[in-house]
Amino acid sequence: MRLLDKKERIGSFSEVALGYNDEEALNEASRCLQCANPQCVKGCPVEVRIPEFIASILNGDVENAYKIIRFSSALPAVCGRVCPQEKQCESKCIRGYKGEAIAIGALERYVADYALKNKLTSLKAKTKNGKKVAIIGSGPSGLTCAGELAKEGYEVTVYEALHKAGGVLVYGIPEFRLPKKIVEQEINALKALGVEFVLNAPIGKCMTIEDLKREYDAIYIASGAGLPKFMGIENENANGVFSANEVLTRINLMGSFKEDANTPIYLGDNIVVVGGGNVACDAARSLRRFGKKVTLMYRRTKAELPAREAEVEHLLEEGIELLELTNPVKVLVDEDFNVVGLEVKKMELTEKDESGRRGVREIEGSNSNFDCDMVVMALGTSPNPLSTIESSVKKDNKGLIIVEGTKTSDDKVFAGGDAVTGAATVILAMEAGKKAAREIVENDI
Amino acid sequence: MYKILKNELIGENIFELDVYAPLVVNKCLPGQFVIVMAYETSERIPLTIYDYDKSTGILKMIYQVVGASTKELVDLDDEIYSVVGPLGNPSELVMNIDEWKEKKVIFVAGGVGIAPVYPQIKYLKEHNVKVDCIYGVKNEKYLILEEKMKNICDNFYIATDDGSKGYHGLVTDCLKSLDKHYDKCVAIGPVVMMKYVSMLTKDLNIPTIVSMNPIMVDGTGMCGACRLIVDGNVKFACVDGPEFDGHKVDFDAAIKRMNIYKTFEGRKYLERCEGSMHHGNCGNCGDK
Ligand SMILES: Cc1cc2nc3c(=O)[nH]c(=O)nc-3n(C[C@H](O)[C@H](O)[C@H](O)COP(=O)(O)OP(=O)(O)OC[C@H]3O[C@@H](n4cnc5c(N)ncnc54)[C@H](O)[C@@H]3O)c2cc1C
Ligand code: FES
Repeated sequence: MRLLDKKERIGSFSEVALGYNDEEALNEASRCLQCANPQCVKGCPVEVRIPEFIASILNGDVENAYKIIRFSSALPAVCGRVCPQEKQCESKCIRGYKGEAIAIGALERYVADYALKNKLTSLKAKTKNGKKVAIIGSGPSGLTCAGELAKEGYEVTVYEALHKAGGVLVYGIPEFRLPKKIVEQEINALKALGVEFVLNAPIGKCMTIEDLKREYDAIYIASGAGLPKFMGIENENANGVFSANEVLTRINLMGSFKEDANTPIYLGDNIVVVGGGNVACDAARSLRRFGKKVTLMYRRTKAELPAREAEVEHLLEEGIELLELTNPVKVLVDEDFNVVGLEVKKMELTEKDESGRRGVREIEGSNSNFDCDMVVMALGTSPNPLSTIESSVKKDNKGLIIVEGTKTSDDKVFAGGDAVTGAATVILAMEAGKKAAREIVENDI
Repeated sequence: MYKILKNELIGENIFELDVYAPLVVNKCLPGQFVIVMAYETSERIPLTIYDYDKSTGILKMIYQVVGASTKELVDLDDEIYSVVGPLGNPSELVMNIDEWKEKKVIFVAGGVGIAPVYPQIKYLKEHNVKVDCIYGVKNEKYLILEEKMKNICDNFYIATDDGSKGYHGLVTDCLKSLDKHYDKCVAIGPVVMMKYVSMLTKDLNIPTIVSMNPIMVDGTGMCGACRLIVDGNVKFACVDGPEFDGHKVDFDAAIKRMNIYKTFEGRKYLERCEGSMHHGNCGNCGDK
């Protein structure tokens, strides 16, 4: 896919991946072998009928391609951009065994963008059935559930703690990967369907689940996994140490990078981002766009980076240094408690564990100091307990909501997405939202 | 958008902001706070709740203009972009009100710290708790809510740095000079004040609550900007607090965290927060 020129990316939050034009899409689509037993579909968590939509592109019927994708996925323009396709559909593509897999994600995006541009995204609702559902959280899981239920004639209200709807899609994933305009369009489509959004509404604080139960026939908890983890190392509270969530929220949600925004963002000149997932890459690349030196410090090696493959490539193109097999053990500070560096240990890879992932261990006596003046911790997140305050919804010892299907320990309350699985992916969160909607309908709630 | 009913000067650079926010007011209790944004492009500012009326849905806040973000609030007329709350936990005294009947509590408020103190004392008085209050300000120009406070406290003491009204000197010296028995102290104001009050009450053996108000973004535990060290552990002021045991808070670490404003980058950051309004008065920069 064509990309924004490397030089243009510094100082700009414009989207990096530029998407296919018609000709490119047709060329790519024509490479599809239209397998009788398509493996790609099995690699997709929501089983989008991939060969069928690709065939429609080839036939020039992009509208039908959209209908096919939309049947399985509520947010194709988002998923086309942020799904880890190389681990899902594309990893199973026969073409990929000898050469390049079909760029399924890029084709999905092409179709979805066509639909957005040509306003094919409107949804139709059945007549109201008089039932009311409250959804907690407006990330991909909440939005999907809202759309599915509204289509079935439910009256849906989405409660969101922040001042904007979209969850991680607006506060976490940066503009240069997922333009906010796209999320906005999806939300507008839901509003047109009659879904109501109540912003600035932290459930557990302004209302509890018990309060909601008095007003609604069912509740769907989709409050995500928004709590940042810290390492617990010495001086981690020093000035200049931030969570990736804070950095990303200030930049994305509150637009620190825009001229007219008043949100200040603290910037070092020599920044270390600790971690290796999408969150770490997004934080590093966002900070790099302010023209600062950025190093990504990761315990394992490039091959184990959990972030999307394309993001890692773009990150390296943008001049971010990857420091592998390195782990901080202490934050070094000056007398004013400002970060002046990290004491780090070298790591080595060990055998693969049961999950097939290689472990790591510290190399004794390998300590050294690494100079920096800002540290961003991107070590993963856990669910926010706020929404279930004063409710009987059961959780496990990690704070994940316990469900059967999507049903919680409370008959009227359903849950899904990151709040149930811990930090995962957009597509899985979306799928859970769909499933919850189905279960709410099936249980005749 | 939230409707503004009042946004008026009530003291030197101090304003009262009343808005219609039933979702905040419905479940609100003394000790909690809100986060407001003047416009969609504004910083999120935590503000203490000064009063609320459950029957009308009206929420009252008091703010001091200390920087560009609070300056933006002054110019608002009819509407404010966002008000979210009630955030944080209600006051420990309010939650365990039955334990405090017949006991004596002293509040020590510094500057606009008087705003969150007011609803707490009001609540305690409604439940027959004996409450005194010391209110310290730089000079009498900064006094607000004086009459209201007099009416709800058993004893109300004013202390000014320059002696322009009431006790001439610091709130800590004023507290010492009272030489009275108290079962609990609640200190709310600049971090430095809360530190010294807590040191004193430790000597005097009075259990002490402080209310911390560091920089915040979301107010729901999501960013970690508000983290503090309490009893050796990292806590988030927004969800674990804002109240903590004054004898366990690591004030020096909290004060050091404010040193960020002494660095070059920090200065620039503060300039954006505070604009030309920087006056060294809020205690954030450590100038004072
Ligand atoms: C920086 C970043 C980059 C990522 N990149 C990718 C990627 O490239 N590909 C991918 O597939 N996945 C990615 N992910 C993961 C993906 O975004 C999440 O798995 C997905 O968003 C989870 O969806 P959700 O709806 O469960 O929760 P969220 O998107 O987290 O939404 C939850 C919402 O609930 C709100 N909320 C929380 N508590 C309350 C409450 N008490 N009351 C009201 N509202 C509440 C939150 O404010 C939030 O808006 C990324 C995540 C991050 C943070
Ligand atoms: S303000 Fe973000 S965690 Fe407290």
